[in-house]
Amino acid sequence: MSKKDLGLLILILVVGAVVAIINPRFLLPINLANTSNLIGLFGILAIGQAFVIITGGIELSVGSVVALLGVLFVDFIATRGMAWPVALPLILVLGGLIGLAHGWLITRLKLQPFVVTLCGLLIYRGVARFYTADGTAGFAFGQNFPELEFLTAGRSYGVPNSFIALIVIAIVTWVVLHRSVFGRYLYAIGKNEEAAKYSGIRTGRVVIAAYVICGVLTALSAIYFAMYTRSISPASHGQFYELYAIAAAVLGGFSLRGGEGSLIGVILGTVLLQELQNLVNLLGIPSSLNFAVMGGVILIGVLVDQQWGVFRERRLMLGAARKGAAGAAAE
Amino acid sequence: MAHRLLSGMMNYSDASISASTIAPFLSLEGVRKTYPGVVALDGFSMDVRPGEVIGLVGENGAGKSTLMKILGGVTTPDTGTVIVDGVAHDGLTVEASIGSGIAFVHQELNLFENLDVAANIFFGREPWRAGPLKLVDRARLRALSAPLLKRVGANFSADTPVSALSLAQQQMVEIAKALSIEARLVILDEPTSSLPLAETDKLLDVIRALKAEGISVIFISHRLHEVERVADRVVVLRDGMLAGTLPKNAINHDQMVKLMIGRLLKEREKAAESARPPGTVALSAKAIRTSAYPDRPVDLGVRHGEILGLAGLVGSGRTELARVLFGIEKALGGALQLDGTDLVLGSAADAVANGIFLVPEDRKLTGILLDLSIAQNISLPNLPAHARRFLVSASAEAVTAEKQKRNLGIKAPSVATRTGTLSGGNQQKVVLAKWLAMHPKVMILDEPTRGIDIGAKAEIYGLMRALADAGVAVLMISSDMEEVIGVSDRIAVMHEGQISGILDKEQFSQENVLLLAVGKQPK
Repeated sequence: MSKKDLGLLILILVVGAVVAIINPRFLLPINLANTSNLIGLFGILAIGQAFVIITGGIELSVGSVVALLGVLFVDFIATRGMAWPVALPLILVLGGLIGLAHGWLITRLKLQPFVVTLCGLLIYRGVARFYTADGTAGFAFGQNFPELEFLTAGRSYGVPNSFIALIVIAIVTWVVLHRSVFGRYLYAIGKNEEAAKYSGIRTGRVVIAAYVICGVLTALSAIYFAMYTRSISPASHGQFYELYAIAAAVLGGFSLRGGEGSLIGVILGTVLLQELQNLVNLLGIPSSLNFAVMGGVILIGVLVDQQWGVFRERRLMLGAARKGAAGAAAE
Repeated sequence: MAHRLLSGMMNYSDASISASTIAPFLSLEGVRKTYPGVVALDGFSMDVRPGEVIGLVGENGAGKSTLMKILGGVTTPDTGTVIVDGVAHDGLTVEASIGSGIAFVHQELNLFENLDVAANIFFGREPWRAGPLKLVDRARLRALSAPLLKRVGANFSADTPVSALSLAQQQMVEIAKALSIEARLVILDEPTSSLPLAETDKLLDVIRALKAEGISVIFISHRLHEVERVADRVVVLRDGMLAGTLPKNAINHDQMVKLMIGRLLKEREKAAESARPPGTVALSAKAIRTSAYPDRPVDLGVRHGEILGLAGLVGSGRTELARVLFGIEKALGGALQLDGTDLVLGSAADAVANGIFLVPEDRKLTGILLDLSIAQNISLPNLPAHARRFLVSASAEAVTAEKQKRNLGIKAPSVATRTGTLSGGNQQKVVLAKWLAMHPKVMILDEPTRGIDIGAKAEIYGLMRALADAGVAVLMISSDMEEVIGVSDRIAVMHEGQISGILDKEQFSQENVLLLAVGKQPK
């Protein structure tokens, strides 16, 4: 765990302690379970986003994809009678295809990631609304999918299964990002795509793969979100979720220029964001201030991190200068 | 203001004759500067008289950059005095440096390509038109720029966009900028390192023009022949100390090199000796057309066991050819053959898979990843070989890197050191190391020794020869005439997108290479 991650963890614990002292309900099992469920849902999204940000790209269509794929998934199993074990992989494939399209446009047709995914944001939201004729997609009264509901919204030993899913995905993606050949390629491309290309890396394929991974993880979280809310109004479902994911990554130490950030960081970033949401609710802060609190904390966090870096560098330089001067005097 | 400069010109117009009797414009006395673990300058003294051209030479790391930083006021010396125009300073500030008329023209030019020449010269000091809007007075801007451009002998007008200028012309703009702030000492840091020969002449003329106006020049260069041609006095730095000063009549190439490192010279001669006759053609381009000159096909073959020098002016299409041979750029036509069989390269990855490696021109942008360690850079092109299943093995990477570090003599605390902290020569060795760790068949080197010190140059020549002797086909692109002639077995010269001729060893001469480079027949 890097120093940056450790700092974030301490911040999370301090904020948690303060909230718990002011309002002990913070530590109630029901509150912790609810919060960790949300951490699971948003964490999966944020990990997907992290893969893209590592390459120096960005994926803005996440929220719309959550809405579109959520609508489709509910429609497939609730209205069209498709078996969920068929619908689930189908949705994941669709998510992957969206990522593939984005990656292809970005690497082969050289469009900017911001532009491509911004268009995606608009297109998928529109398609989702059109698909339901702006109606709400939901389950009929009494309609049940016991196994699916257990896997998505259920709990094991009091721990939400969505949170467990996040842990499993986090472990796998940690290995991929920080230990695998592919992960090294991702970081190399994020740091300097040209140099990576000149080292014989097929950079286009690697970047496309990052968008596909992001698409699949987004599709998975779309299913979780759908099963969590159980009814989806496509005009608002998932709105701003891309920003939650990007914010989590930035809080976790990712640079939007690419090539920097750790998986633990993005998870801790998600935890902090959800903790803040919870704090707003528990401390009786008007919920209209929700976004303002989050934005403020992110800004302060990034600022402190930046200033800390400057401070440390200056101290190193001073120390070195002093040593140099001492050496000169000794001669 | 202009009046002051004019009177200055008159005073100094016969400076070269009576230089020794005039008080120096700049003197350094016993300047010492230390950085953690390094003594960058150690009791260094020198002076620069008005209208004098000082050639400042020394290996990389000899202390030239530190000296420049002190003169620019960016850093202050620990001890010692800097006297500018009769005023003694313990350390210059940036303001004092500019205020006393010291101007820099750096190796990397600081021009805005999207603006025109006049706007660059007066950037931030534009003349305004009357009125509350403070619009830029473009007519006056051009009128002010024109005489400056004339003084540097520019053959372009003040409203030319900088992007349309050649490198030498851009340097003229930088020098004009220095004149516009009434510089009395212009410091040129490696101005010719990326210039083709014909352009270099123009730049040397500008230096002579500055001198004639009584302006002092410090000319820093690795290209010793140019120093020889233009300097009134040569100051040689070695290990932060003054290794020697050569008066005009004692300036010669070997003398400078001897002062700079004491040894060498023989290294290049050694590198020129091939241990084996060349073998069959390894990589050949058949009527390849590149983006540089889409209508001119190139035919070129490099043989196993030889170093083929590729000379020519900058912009003659050499780099584009190298990029095509390495698969980075798609050929617009023609075909490639490797050992007699057709070769199609869709990407650099294809070239690497076929044993064709490129050491690119721009080390920092394309050669290495500055943020990665030495070991990570070396393993990058061959990462799957350093992995078990799909997980990278740090120990396997370290083993490969340690071996290369030893073989190439990469100077670094460990293979985990970030390459960004290494010197240029050591960075270049890392670029070579990543390819040597694999099995090269064809090695293309684009300006492999640009901006690195003579010691590292000699080592790189040795490495190229060792590769050739092991049967590798080596293609070396270089604008350094001495290097091309000193190291190659054959020289192909490119002119406007085509090979204008190939010289065998007995035909080697600077004149022949130059003639071919401008499209004429050799003698």
